[in-house]
Amino acid sequence: MSTYFTEDHEWIAVEGDVGTVGITKYAAEQLGDVVFVEVPEAGASFGKGDDMAVVESVKAASDVYAPIAGEVTEGNGDLADAPETVNEDPEGKGWFCKLKLSDKGELDGLMDADAYKTYCEGL
Amino acid sequence: MAEPANEPLRRTPLYDLHVAHGGKMVPFAGYEMPVQFEGVKAEHLWTREHAGLFDVSHMGPSFLFLKDGLGEADGHAKISALIEQLVPSNIAGLKPGQGRLSVLLNDDGGILDDLIITRMPGEGLDGMLYIVVNGAVKAQDWALMEDKLGGEAMLQRADDRMLVALQGPKAEAALLAHFPEAADLKFMRCAYIQRDGERYMVSRSGYTGEDGFELLLPNNEKGMAIVEALLADERVKPIGLGARDSLRLEAGLCLYGHDMDPTRDPIEADLGWVIQKSRRERADFPGAERILKAFAEGPAEKRVGIQPLERAPAREGTEIHVDGAPVGMVTSGGFGPSVERPIAMGYVRTDLAVPGTKIDLMVRGKARPAEVCDLPFVQPNYKR
Repeated sequence: MSTYFTEDHEWIAVEGDVGTVGITKYAAEQLGDVVFVEVPEAGASFGKGDDMAVVESVKAASDVYAPIAGEVTEGNGDLADAPETVNEDPEGKGWFCKLKLSDKGELDGLMDADAYKTYCEGL
Repeated sequence: MAEPANEPLRRTPLYDLHVAHGGKMVPFAGYEMPVQFEGVKAEHLWTREHAGLFDVSHMGPSFLFLKDGLGEADGHAKISALIEQLVPSNIAGLKPGQGRLSVLLNDDGGILDDLIITRMPGEGLDGMLYIVVNGAVKAQDWALMEDKLGGEAMLQRADDRMLVALQGPKAEAALLAHFPEAADLKFMRCAYIQRDGERYMVSRSGYTGEDGFELLLPNNEKGMAIVEALLADERVKPIGLGARDSLRLEAGLCLYGHDMDPTRDPIEADLGWVIQKSRRERADFPGAERILKAFAEGPAEKRVGIQPLERAPAREGTEIHVDGAPVGMVTSGGFGPSVERPIAMGYVRTDLAVPGTKIDLMVRGKARPAEVCDLPFVQPNYKR
């Protein structure tokens, strides 16, 4: 399994042709206390960079973008009743959805863990 | 509130202190202000349980006083007659040291701002009012006062000083070490304190629904020493604008530019209570005809509390629908950390402004069920 990161602070962990998507620890810390998450339902399709999910903190709503194109196979239904999971375990139990990837080649445009760490340090 | 793009942001005297306390600074009302320190939710809950210190130096504290006759027996009657040309509240009836929320009106009866007008306590000060307006519109408000009242009254800005709010159940205990004079103050009462050549205004007021105080302090080492000592008190933490907003929303209080603006009159904004009976009878304030008509017949739309029935917050600008047709708009909305659920307020058609009325909030194109509800969401703890 390989994990990739976007400049908008999403992560995608790829196994075969399915990727699990969430927001990074950095993003969760910036947002503060997450009070609501709207994840996409199975069957929804997204192009790379499309609005895919919404995460709301006490103060604002933020869009989450599809890191690459694909079709949703599963949304994380647990977040509806426990949005705080996104703060507690953003890169684990706080995942948003699983995507069946349309074009694995798009992964080449994303960052690996080291590159993302360097990117965040520069912000 | 839109930020003027071409003007440099100003800093309050407490800017360095905010940064030293880890404040995340953002543009607000033309100033660089802390939106949060440790986090909105933690700061909100701390204020409800202990005491929070808010920098509100971006707001517009000022003094309006008679050019002739200050300190004379009829001084208060004279200055009240002047300011009552612009606001619909009974200012003449204020006792020394008493303050009142009011609204500044345009000629159509629309709300230009909300403000607190206090009769100065103390010898020789009859004929002087302490007036605090909102930061984002202070230039407009003061220009209006000078334009309309400048012949007989002088306006002295005090926004070069520090204005801080200390709010929460521990605020009184934390404050008394510095201002024992404030011990007997009741809600919306103000003390004017002169000490070591400095002047301080301490009023028992605020915008969180909690007991608390607003302090106008000199912009020097003496003022700074008080702020630093308050922050060193273990009961007190610095609180940012984010929590200020969630606290006032839970308390059902209007935010100018959002929950009221020049297109709304005080009756629509459900602020009819700022117009005392004597003023309604005299009908001598700007827009009296429109406002009294709305008072008698009911306005077309009215500000209400809104309780979303699901977990999705509805933010400002969310359309309100009934049976698929638009009937109003959310003007403030978010999550209430104390009530642990989303909350909102907005305007709906008056026939729908009844608690329990089912409405839909159009959040990202999807109808989310909600109910019109009473305000506030959290009962106030004012010291009456």
